[in-house]
Order: sequence, then C-alpha cells, then structure tokens
Amino acid sequence: MNNHLFNYTLQQADNCLILGQRLGEWCGHGPILEQDIAMTNIALDLIGQSRMLYQYAAEVQGDGKTEDDLAYLRDAWDFKNVLLVEQPNGDFAKTILRQFLFDSFNCYFYEALKDSNDEKLAAIAAKSHKETLYHLKWSADWVLRLGDGTEESHERIQSALNELWPYSAEIIIASDADHDAKTNGYGVNLEEIQSRRDSKIEEVLEEATLTAPEDTFSHSGGKSGTHTEHLGYILADLQFLQRAYPGNEW
Amino acid sequence: MNEKQLEDHFNEKIDKDIRIEPKDWMPENYRKTLIRQISQHAHSEIVGMLPEANWISRAPTLRRKAAALAKVQDEAGHGLYLYSACETLGIDRDTLLDQLHTGKAKYSSIFNYPTLTWADMGAIGWLVDGAAIMNQVPLCRASYGPYARAMIRVCKEESFHQRQGFEIMLTLCRGSKEQKKMAQDALNRWWWPALMMFGPTDADSPHTEQSMRWGIKRFTNDELRQKFVDVSKPQADLLGITIPDPDLKWNEERGRHDFGKINWEEFYNVIKGNGPCNKQRIDARTKAWEDGAWVRAAASAYAEKRKSKQQAA
Repeated sequence: MNNHLFNYTLQQADNCLILGQRLGEWCGHGPILEQDIAMTNIALDLIGQSRMLYQYAAEVQGDGKTEDDLAYLRDAWDFKNVLLVEQPNGDFAKTILRQFLFDSFNCYFYEALKDSNDEKLAAIAAKSHKETLYHLKWSADWVLRLGDGTEESHERIQSALNELWPYSAEIIIASDADHDAKTNGYGVNLEEIQSRRDSKIEEVLEEATLTAPEDTFSHSGGKSGTHTEHLGYILADLQFLQRAYPGNEW
Repeated sequence: MNEKQLEDHFNEKIDKDIRIEPKDWMPENYRKTLIRQISQHAHSEIVGMLPEANWISRAPTLRRKAAALAKVQDEAGHGLYLYSACETLGIDRDTLLDQLHTGKAKYSSIFNYPTLTWADMGAIGWLVDGAAIMNQVPLCRASYGPYARAMIRVCKEESFHQRQGFEIMLTLCRGSKEQKKMAQDALNRWWWPALMMFGPTDADSPHTEQSMRWGIKRFTNDELRQKFVDVSKPQADLLGITIPDPDLKWNEERGRHDFGKINWEEFYNVIKGNGPCNKQRIDARTKAWEDGAWVRAAASAYAEKRKSKQQAA
C-alpha cells in the first residue's frame, strides 16, 4: 500500500471526525435553536466527510478494513488529527473560534485538493468544498458578531483567541505525508493554503476588532500521533460500544 | 358582525372543514387551547432532543452517528416550525420558552425517561416516534392552517425516524445475545411509557370533547392507543422480543388486542415532576438558554451596529 497516501487521507479524516464529534456535543444545548441546528448540520457534514475519507483510506490500505474499523478500533497514537480539533467546546465563543480556525484551513484545503491527480481525493474534495464554503461563512460571521457585539462577547472571543492561537498553525506545518502528497501531486501545497488562510484570518479578526497574540509558538504532535489528554476521553466515548461488544453488527 | 355572528361564521367553517387562518376571527378559548397544544408539542420536540443527543457521541458506527445527528436536528427543525405556527396566534417564542423553563408549560412526559443503552435509540424511534405519528397524522387535517401545514412536514420526517428506529431494533435482535438482551430491556422500559403518550383515558380527558368539536383533535386517546397496540404487537413478534404485558392478547370478537391496565399513578407522578429525568431535562434546557443569553445579546448588538453604520453611509 502507499503509506503516505494512506496517512494523508487519514489526517484529514481524523480532523473531520474529531471536530464533528466535538460539535455534536452541542446538539440540544445551543444558545439559539437556529444555531443548535447550524452546529449539528456542520457536525453532520464533517462526519460525512470523514466517512468518505475513511472509506478511501481503507481502500488504499487494501486489507479489507471498513470506515468503522478505522474510526473505532485505532487507539489515540494512531490518530493523526491536529490538536486544535480535540480542544474542548468551552463556551460558544471558544467553539466558534476553534471552528473558524479550522474552517479557514478546511475550505481552502478542499478547494486546492479538487486539483488532486488522485481521482478519488479530487471527487471527495469537490463535494466537501461546497459544504465548507458555508461552514467558513457561518463561523466567520459569528466571529464578527461576537467580536464586535457586546463588551462581554468581545472579551469572551478574545480570550478564546488567546487560548487557541497556539493550536492554530499546526495544521499548515507539513508532515511526511504532506510533503509526499505535494511532491506527487495528489495533495495540496500547504504554503499556498497558509497564505490564503492567513489573509482570511487577518481580515476577519480585524473587522471583528480582535487582536491575535504576538507569540507565534505553535503546539504540534497531532499529525504524528502525540495528542493532548483530551483525545483519550473523546475516543473512550466514541468507541465505547465497539470496544465493549467487539465484532458485532450495529 | 357582532360576536355571535362571528362565532357562527367560525363554527360554520369548522363544520365545512375550511381551515382557520391567523387573521381570521376565532374564539378566545380556541386560540388559548391551540397555543397550549402547539407549544406543548414544540417543547416536546426540543426537550425530546436531549435523551437522544445523549447517545450521539457513543453511536456504534459512523453511519448510525450521522443518522442520529440528522434525527436530532430534524427534531430541532420541528420545534422551529411549531414555535412559528404558535407565534401566528400572537405569542412570541421567548414567552413560550419562559413558560417551559418555569414549568408553566408541559411537554410530553416520555422524555422524562432516561436513555440507558444504545437500544433505547431504537426503541424511541420505533415506539415513541411510532406513537407520536399516530397522534400527529390526524393533525395534518387540524382546523388551524399553520398547525396543519407544520404537521404535514413533521409527519413525513417522523415516519422516516420510525423506520430507522425499527431498523436499529431489527439489527440488534438479529445480533449477539447481548444485543438482543439490550433490545428486550429497552422494550421493557419504553412500552408502558409509550402507551401513556396517548394521554389519560377518555373518561379522564377533560379537553377531548371540545377539541374534537373544534377539529384540533380527530380521534380520542383510547382509540389511538388501541390502534398503537394493534400495530405494535406484530412488529414485536417480527423482532422476536416480548411486550412486557401478560394480559396482551388477541380478542377474536373485537378483532383487536386486549391489553393490561396502565399504571396511571406513574403517569401522574411523572407529569407532576417525579419522573426519573424531569429535573435534568428542564435544567439542561434552562442552562442552554441562560448560557446563551450573552450570545443573543451580542447578535442583537451587532445587528444594531450594522444598521446604524448602513444608515450613516
């Protein structure tokens, strides 16, 4: 099997699954019914994206595994998602900021991945890109509303920004799989994505009257399987039934 | 027209099955009863999200997780249509939510029961949505236009949920010994509360007669309950699990099933607030609302700022 292609596909699948899982925690608890629906809708899109990617990763792997084997039967060290997506929901401001930092990658990522020379990835990207256009619009709009809303909302989202900023850059730091994907034309050029993403973030933060911290330190490790303490708990929840009753159909 | 003529005109429309629309004259009690009934239904959708949302993070496959998210999202959507239908009667959503949070308004008692295993996601779809459909399909012909139209959309989605729930049960019942045990345990816990969803017996149902006269209820509680039992029994047989009622048997003469006595004491206890999860459900809704206050304030403040900027430009 092509190990890099497998890891490259998994990286993105894991990002989508873990963020979808986190967003799903809001379901039934949102601050406004319409936004409860919006968050569930985005969670649903992300889970859908992860499924297409896991199915493809399983195909690349070629030993008869399924999407569920990949999602439910790997331990934390095999997960390749960035640390950003496993951060807890916190208040609505933190959830929005986390979403915006992810969407501002995800949307441009899929847009570029549409040109992948791997037909499957290109097709997944084409479908997903349409969804992420809406995600990015939604989260950017909420960054504006909260940043330029009331004093309290401004403080909350600024503090979310301070907290999450060190988790923002990991997603554009290239892993071995990222390098291979770019070189062989099945993946994207992360430097190009970074520059588009940076301008989008800058533009939205400025309009929202928010200030990004000056410190450029970035946490990393997710892409190579070294995660925060949160992921173990996420997987304990996610995988409970498959682990407690192995080998069953559900 | 004087009050008497208005009322005659209203009754004539009801008799001819002509829909009543928001701007039409209607008796004050008709309006009040509808607000009570529609808001109670809307609240049930919103509170009803909670027991199922409880299993989203633990859904056993990605396909089931996606289906669970979609289902709970549909329920939020039903809540929205129904709150909107209710608002056409001259009451706003915030007031309705306040009535829910303060306990002034009721919601379906079924949601005060806990979801303890994954099989509860199946049992809720199969039985709770099944009972809800039986209650709701006749309401697609309710005399109040916005309500009837909302119910048409709600029922289409509910029947999809019901099939999905039954399919979860079927998968479990064809699975391992533990899975089948899970399915039976869920049926044991949800059967009687599902029967209670149709409300008190006709003899104890104070609103039925007037509501039927007004065309906002089409069948009595007992009629619907009987129909539900008759439909569910063969389904349980197909699944190969047993309805927890030793008195449930086919009555050749009536051409219907006889069934055991409902524990009405439990029913009234749960309504009074003593169900296993009454407090948790209302606390969760109230917390979501209170924690969201600053978000709603920010959204309004931002909209105001945008408006004044546009006016200045």
